[in-house]
Amino acid sequence: MKRESPPVAEIVLQIDGKAVKATEGMTVLQAASSATISIPTLCHHEKLEPYGACRLCMVEVEARGRKSYVVSCLYPVARDLIVRTRSDKVDKIRRVILEELLAHAPHSPELMRLAQEYGADKDRFEKESSFCILCGLCVRYCAEIKGKNAVGFVDHGARRKIRFVPEIASNECWDCQECFALCPTSFAQAAYFLTEALAFPGRRKAWTP
Amino acid sequence: MAKLRSAAGLETLRADIVSRRDPGKRCIAVCAGAGCDAACSAAVVDALREEAAKKSIDVKVTGCHGLCEKGPNVVVTPGELCYFGVRPEDAPGIVAGTAKGVRMDEVPFYKHQMRLLIGDNPRIDPTRIEDYLALGGYAALSKALFQMTPDQVLDQVKKANLRGRGGGGFPAGLKWETAKNAPADERYVIVNGHEGEPGAFMDRALFTGNPHKVLEGLIIGAHAIGAHRGFIYTRHDSPKLIEHIETALAQAEAYGLLGENILGSGFDFEVEVHFDVGIFVSGESSALMRSIEGNPPEPRPKYVRTSVSGIWEKPSNLNNVETWANVSQIISRGADWYASIGTEGSKGTKLVSLSGHVVNSGVAEVPMGTPLRTIVHDIGGGVADAKPLKALHFGGPMGGSIPERLIDTPLDFDALAALGAPIGAGGLLVMDDGTDMVDMARYFLEFLTHESCGKCVPCREGLLQMLKILTSMTNGKGRNGDIARLEDLAEVTGMACLCALGKTASDPLRSMLRHFKDEYEARIPAGG
Amino acid sequence: MCSDKIDQILARHRGKPGALIRVLIEIQHEKRWLPKEALAKVAQALEVPLSRVTQIATFYKTFSLKPKGRHEVHVCTGSSCHVRGAARLLAEVQRMTGLKPGETDSESRFSLETGSCLGSCSLGPEIIVDGTHHARMTPAKVEGVLKRYS
Repeated sequence: MKRESPPVAEIVLQIDGKAVKATEGMTVLQAASSATISIPTLCHHEKLEPYGACRLCMVEVEARGRKSYVVSCLYPVARDLIVRTRSDKVDKIRRVILEELLAHAPHSPELMRLAQEYGADKDRFEKESSFCILCGLCVRYCAEIKGKNAVGFVDHGARRKIRFVPEIASNECWDCQECFALCPTSFAQAAYFLTEALAFPGRRKAWTP
Repeated sequence: MAKLRSAAGLETLRADIVSRRDPGKRCIAVCAGAGCDAACSAAVVDALREEAAKKSIDVKVTGCHGLCEKGPNVVVTPGELCYFGVRPEDAPGIVAGTAKGVRMDEVPFYKHQMRLLIGDNPRIDPTRIEDYLALGGYAALSKALFQMTPDQVLDQVKKANLRGRGGGGFPAGLKWETAKNAPADERYVIVNGHEGEPGAFMDRALFTGNPHKVLEGLIIGAHAIGAHRGFIYTRHDSPKLIEHIETALAQAEAYGLLGENILGSGFDFEVEVHFDVGIFVSGESSALMRSIEGNPPEPRPKYVRTSVSGIWEKPSNLNNVETWANVSQIISRGADWYASIGTEGSKGTKLVSLSGHVVNSGVAEVPMGTPLRTIVHDIGGGVADAKPLKALHFGGPMGGSIPERLIDTPLDFDALAALGAPIGAGGLLVMDDGTDMVDMARYFLEFLTHESCGKCVPCREGLLQMLKILTSMTNGKGRNGDIARLEDLAEVTGMACLCALGKTASDPLRSMLRHFKDEYEARIPAGG
Repeated sequence: MCSDKIDQILARHRGKPGALIRVLIEIQHEKRWLPKEALAKVAQALEVPLSRVTQIATFYKTFSLKPKGRHEVHVCTGSSCHVRGAARLLAEVQRMTGLKPGETDSESRFSLETGSCLGSCSLGPEIIVDGTHHARMTPAKVEGVLKRYS
């Protein structure tokens, strides 16, 4: 395929000591994954807009001698940027974040695997009643890919949660259910069936001819 | 009124307003600031008006005078005689001149201050632009439009080293320059009048009491930056504030000081008012801009400054109320004059709202560099009920506490930040020796768990876990490992959060672990 | 009930998603709460997904999804009121009314709210009923104040 626009500038940055080629506009996470350097994520999905909420993909970057900690899913690549995907501080951030999330979902396979890698203790903080970790994958997938907005966020701060909107979910969800597989804790599925049972039992669209 | 179309027109109008006023005529100014208003100053106004109607005396309803503790406050000019705790039945004595007042410059609360910004409040009816014009209002705008280039204005603000009064202390001139130079077809200026932190009420005092001072600064800034559209973002729960802002905008527009072809200079600028509907996080600059766009006020996670890409991804320069209010005097009196006030790194004066266990709650204005001792003891009158002072807390839920022994620290952005108690917006909470510093950290975290957006994990979960630990500690259920858990949570929250609210949310706790750690250790069973 | 008022508000902003917050403020002012049916109407009129309307309506504390009582009792829990004993004051208001913050009693007499500092710190600790400030309160004075509102 012929390019219509002029070629984008190529950038070389350093990730974990390796020179990595990237193009302008890419994120550090994209550059790393193109070089098969893995960075853990929970709220990232390649089909969705970067969200920057789980903060697990934080890395250490050094530019012009200044060190800082940034989320790789949003931080743009730059010439001569030095990236370290592991360091004591990075590992500590990931460990504490995982411990915070394990208070919600101590048995999530994805969290358990990461907990092992970063030495996170699932019992370090007091347990929370909801096993949703609010990665927003269901909400964003439904809005950005399906254009249905059948599930959304409600409330704010520590009370934030996801909620299926019965008026929309009763028409849209039964034939789709694509968000269930994205959920790292299987909460989306549970939330949907709870909504159905309470708000529109037996009245989902697929049952009407 | 006809729109003014030249600098000379403005001066003619001003001369006309001044000529109609007799400086010798008595005027009674009644404070209707937040404290006095809540203390029924309206009834005092009614009584004074009834009494004054019999004589040739004006009764003016004004913004906050400062000494909220002794409200309702009345000041009579000429002579600047102060009357405190005024009741309706005091009206005859005040009007007749038989009641004994105290000269303002002899009131300890006022005499240690330098009231460049708030000093005009007792002289201005905020709903009358003529009062502001009579005191020289909009002369700085006229100077900026007709005698200076936008670059010269910018240069003055940079040379004055005006630092943002909203919390970060970032140099305003550099921010303006970034917004001015960012490539775009349109750019915006914004007044952050959100002031959501508990114990901070100085911006409201200034904006409600003298709205044109803020507006004049905004228009000057817009011209310097090249913005033709501005936004005022403020609280929805202060009816007087909203009324005064909207009246000021309408009057400025009617006089041709706002809108198309301002003062005939060819410069166009319009302003919209937007409201917070009750959440602290919407005062965070990127969240505020999302809110103006009509989106939920979640901070934007992108690594690009709002001065480059803000509202609708256009360069957007945001400063708080007090920062904008400083602009006109820098333009009229010059950067050198301004920079002569204050310390090496912190110039000008600073508004401080004093609250807590202090004798005189209120709004004070002092030169930067003033020792905290002067603010607390000379202006504030010391600790209430003559109790010993324990700690001073600056900056509310994103600030920090320092112990009494550091009371000779100067009011200075850098000196206080180095102690872990950044000035923030200028809310100063005084605490006596009965205050529990574990409970104070718990209090601020409880506030923030309700006032954050809840998007990013280290803020939402980190604050909640810190709150739970501190709650159990204050309930006598501290456990081994609690302090280490708090330190880890606070550190990660500070490093990993998405926005400034989250990044600084653990600062009060960190300052208390730094200066009052023994109180925390005492809550852990022996051996912890 | 009042639905023509809501229709009037919506008519002014039809098809303007950017007006969402303003519309919700206007409805809240009109009715003092946001009925569920109103949210659905707003979504339709402004062409905004209902999930977005619900998100905004639950994001800000000013919006109420439940009807409010005849009298709104606001206990200031700002930092100055806090150090001056707001917690004891709140406990007494809760004991007297049987309400937790955010609740309304079954007779719709009182709604109890806590929260943001209104800047009248010199009067603290204070409770504000229907906009009237009751200054320098003590738990002992609570009963006398609440008695005035029926």
